[in-house]
Amino acid sequence: MSKILIRGAQVLGGEAQDVLIDGETIVATARQGEIDGSGTGLSAEGATVIEAEGQILLPGLVDLHTHLREPGREDSETVLTGTRAAASGGYTAVFAMANTHPVADTAGVVEQVWRLGKESGYCDVQPIGAVTVGLEGKKLAELGAMNDSAAGVTVFSDDGKCVDDAVIMRRALEYVKAFGGVVAQHAQEPRLTEGAQMNEGIVSAELGLGGWPAVAEESIIARDVLLAEHVGSRVHICHLSTAGSVEIVRWAKSRGIDVTAEVTPHHLLLTDELVRSYNPVYKVNPPLRTEKDVLALREALADGTIDIVATDHAPHPHEDKDCEWAAAAMGMVGLETALSVVQQTMVETGLLDWAGVADRMSFAPARIGRATGHGRPVSAGEPANLTLVDPAYRGVVDPAGFASRSRNTPYEGRELPGRVTHTILRGRATVVDGKLA
Amino acid sequence: MMRHLISAADLTRDDAVLILDTAEEMARVADRPIKKLPTLRGRTICNLFFEDSTRTRISFEAAEKRLSADVINFAAKGSSVSKGESLKDTAQTLEAMGVDAVVIRHGASGAPYRLATSGWIDAPVVNAGDGTHQHPTQALLDAFTMRRRLVGRDEGLGKDLNGRRITLVGDVLHSRVARSNVDLLHTLGAEVTLVAPPTLVPVGVETWPCEISYDLDSVLPKSDAVMMLRVQRERMNAAFFPTEREYSRRYGLDGDRMAKMPEHAIVMHPGPMVRGMEITAEVADSDRCTVIEQVANGVSIRMAVLYLLLGGNDSAATAPSTTRTEESK
Repeated sequence: MSKILIRGAQVLGGEAQDVLIDGETIVATARQGEIDGSGTGLSAEGATVIEAEGQILLPGLVDLHTHLREPGREDSETVLTGTRAAASGGYTAVFAMANTHPVADTAGVVEQVWRLGKESGYCDVQPIGAVTVGLEGKKLAELGAMNDSAAGVTVFSDDGKCVDDAVIMRRALEYVKAFGGVVAQHAQEPRLTEGAQMNEGIVSAELGLGGWPAVAEESIIARDVLLAEHVGSRVHICHLSTAGSVEIVRWAKSRGIDVTAEVTPHHLLLTDELVRSYNPVYKVNPPLRTEKDVLALREALADGTIDIVATDHAPHPHEDKDCEWAAAAMGMVGLETALSVVQQTMVETGLLDWAGVADRMSFAPARIGRATGHGRPVSAGEPANLTLVDPAYRGVVDPAGFASRSRNTPYEGRELPGRVTHTILRGRATVVDGKLA
Repeated sequence: MMRHLISAADLTRDDAVLILDTAEEMARVADRPIKKLPTLRGRTICNLFFEDSTRTRISFEAAEKRLSADVINFAAKGSSVSKGESLKDTAQTLEAMGVDAVVIRHGASGAPYRLATSGWIDAPVVNAGDGTHQHPTQALLDAFTMRRRLVGRDEGLGKDLNGRRITLVGDVLHSRVARSNVDLLHTLGAEVTLVAPPTLVPVGVETWPCEISYDLDSVLPKSDAVMMLRVQRERMNAAFFPTEREYSRRYGLDGDRMAKMPEHAIVMHPGPMVRGMEITAEVADSDRCTVIEQVANGVSIRMAVLYLLLGGNDSAATAPSTTRTEESK
């Protein structure tokens, strides 16, 4: 295996260091200049040198919530194109949601996804198993068999749909305790969101679009944290979108309930005012909310109430978005822009430093999903899963350059800061100078 | 004058008054033996109806034919749309066929806006009702009817509805007519009150330029016009209100309630009416009820809108006169 010397990068945004990688492992970190030539006894000879002054070195990012669409909707994304997009965005591991066709509700399907991830070589893919058969919310899927499979599934979710039956949710929470699993809930009370197309409020009233009330999310979260407490299990809440949800999670944590939560980059930046354009690129589940919600979500991510940023990368082909609002698919791609949005909304606002970003986008998601080898410190002896970011970069988002098969980004034409210059997966550069290797 | 007519909220006071004044001129055409102007001769207008509608489609068609336009009627049922063709594909087909304007009715809120702004088609777009969003020509014909009745046919020219008190009653939540009317009537200076059970008032309504009341009886004596909205029977099971009977008792307009209105006040309805529930036959058939006038006025308004979008930007006072001159040549 080859050696890589990253010279002068600010590790987690701290002091400039040199980091030497040999094979799949970080073998040394030292003050700038010490590895390269003297003092450590380690030789950087033969190493590929990455000059990284002014850049931030982070542990490889981990996305707990990605839709790779394979099997079944390969016109939107495949494991290969999705993992290429992930690498471009600085990710070294992604958790692939179960709402594929067929649904990932058996050991066979999750092993297929896991194997495709292995073959892709750009990013580790950890499949998420469905909680219920066919995402129908009626009968538990073979949770244990999926955990026992080669994929070693640890996260279970019917994402895209809510496990709205309280008994099924309770049983799932109880059952996964046997193997340390976690249920990731898409909190959406179905009756309260029938016909819903956007956040319920001032804008929906004007536009005549079906309203998606905040309470539809909050009531399920409230129920589920209480269920988790009752059965002594852990629950993870997907894509929080309202200030009220934040308050419930904050209360649950203060009570000692084992709950974790995620927020998407787009819910940290965009509001329902954008829906006035009726441009389906802004149609997403849960919907874009108000400025008040956005500020509450940022605050909660900063203070740790919300544990992680997860992309909810949801690729769709052009024709599924180039239509009237009501007919459009919900979701937006996010892997390739996530870090930039987090830099803009959290770092440049002073709410998080880069160490905080490392926690919310690598350490914590790896911990929640039990992703072996990811979310580890940037120190000697650790797996060389790393991301290098140039925070001074400013660029206008052009989806034509995306590695994802789909282009449904809400950021087209918008200037965003930061750029992933290098992504390293177990010692191999998957992105070099901003381009896929 | 704007390029498209998508929302009543897009109209300025001057735009709206221009349309009303132009419609007044157009209405004179209806009084003639030959109800036709040559204004849009050689222009092709497509009525693109993705949602069932009888009166609105016929009204537009009558308006278009009175302006001598060539008319294409497109109904989505039984068309390529039912085979899965998208709005974009349909629009581009019409563009390729060279239509000069598209009148669109669609079940999805925002569909006309997308059609007008997505570059799928260049022609002007007139919204003939989209989902629960807007129905601007309905609002214009309602305002036209109110101005005629409350201000006067000739006295109203150049005037708005400043200070008039208008009450809209019923299913505001699902009503594009209510949204359009609130926007336009406010622009025209009227004071608007919405009366409905709380379940049929949209969350977020507090920013609308109107008052909200749950008590019809208290509002009636202060109303110059009361517009009853259609309650969709199919929504009855969604628990918006307990029973038809209870709705009728609290929000229906009968003779006793009409008696509480000022003598000059009128009763309106965009149709189709649910007699016995929203409005009793006694009220619907009274002289104060303007339903039939509203239908007639709809043609004049739609003629005015199409004329102004396609025919020219002359002032209302002169434009149709010019066309009359042309006709007499």
